[in-house]
Amino acid sequence: MTWAHAAPTILAAMAASLVEFVEALTVVLAVGVTRGWRSALTGAGLALLVLATLTLALGPAILQVPVRLLQIGLGALLLLFGMRWLRKAVLRAAGVIPLHDEAAAYESERAALSQAGKARSAWDRLAVSTAFKITLIEGVEVVFIVVALGSAGPAALAAASLGAGIALILVIGLGFVLHRPLAMVPENTLKFGVGVLLCAFGAFWVGEGMGLAWPDGDLSLAALVAGFFAAALVARALCGAPREAVA
Amino acid sequence: MSALVAVARAIWGETLSLFVDDGRFAGAILVWLVLAGLVVWRLSPPPVLAAIGLFAGLAAILIASAVREARRRRRG
Repeated sequence: MTWAHAAPTILAAMAASLVEFVEALTVVLAVGVTRGWRSALTGAGLALLVLATLTLALGPAILQVPVRLLQIGLGALLLLFGMRWLRKAVLRAAGVIPLHDEAAAYESERAALSQAGKARSAWDRLAVSTAFKITLIEGVEVVFIVVALGSAGPAALAAASLGAGIALILVIGLGFVLHRPLAMVPENTLKFGVGVLLCAFGAFWVGEGMGLAWPDGDLSLAALVAGFFAAALVARALCGAPREAVA
Repeated sequence: MSALVAVARAIWGETLSLFVDDGRFAGAILVWLVLAGLVVWRLSPPPVLAAIGLFAGLAAILIASAVREARRRRRG
């Protein structure tokens, strides 16, 4: 695996995972502060266990699928996922839809959990299920990204896992130290960048699966990144006045 | 048990919405991929042309869909 593939794979997996883990941390923090840390950490821990099992089962199993079929299938899914992300980031940057506000999400979650009433038993089912659900939902996205970006082979899977692992350690560390939502993370800028990378990878895989011999091989990936970035900037300009810088 | 089913349903719904939240947008992407695949398979165009064609279609879908959604939301 060349650096032309490994670097964007690590970067894309790390940035995408960072966005997802930050969203999960917001809710887990709200659960911990409002309902108690034992339930919050139990729910999040159970979900991480399910996700680890899913990754260990899916990763090697997916590498058994015929390469071209895998490239077309995962490439198409990456394009659906990445273009959806990129379109949303464009609409947010243009001020068409509001930016995601972690601090507001945290307060809203805290208010909802406070109003729910106290747990009747030692196990706070609401707290455990809330922490479990958010960690699993955001984590499934991370697993998909890691598996899709790592579908080129064991080296790519290791690179994508490394990116996601760095993001997980970073978010848990910051959450542990700060004890508040990571509202300072420029989420839309990250989503814009990751959307561009996922679209480029998706188009590259689909093309390879179709039997398209990309001109200049892996260098085409860089051209696709530049192309999707330019297309997203054009879309933002056509959608209206920018509200948040994207780079 | 019903709480477990509700959580499972929510997770399944969220997983599906990872890929499709606007049917027309997702449909356009898939149709373009099928068309591009057929062209590459049946006509074997020069690689540069095929690569530019595949990218251009996806870029056009992204721009058109974002503009359409922006107009729809601003009207509504």
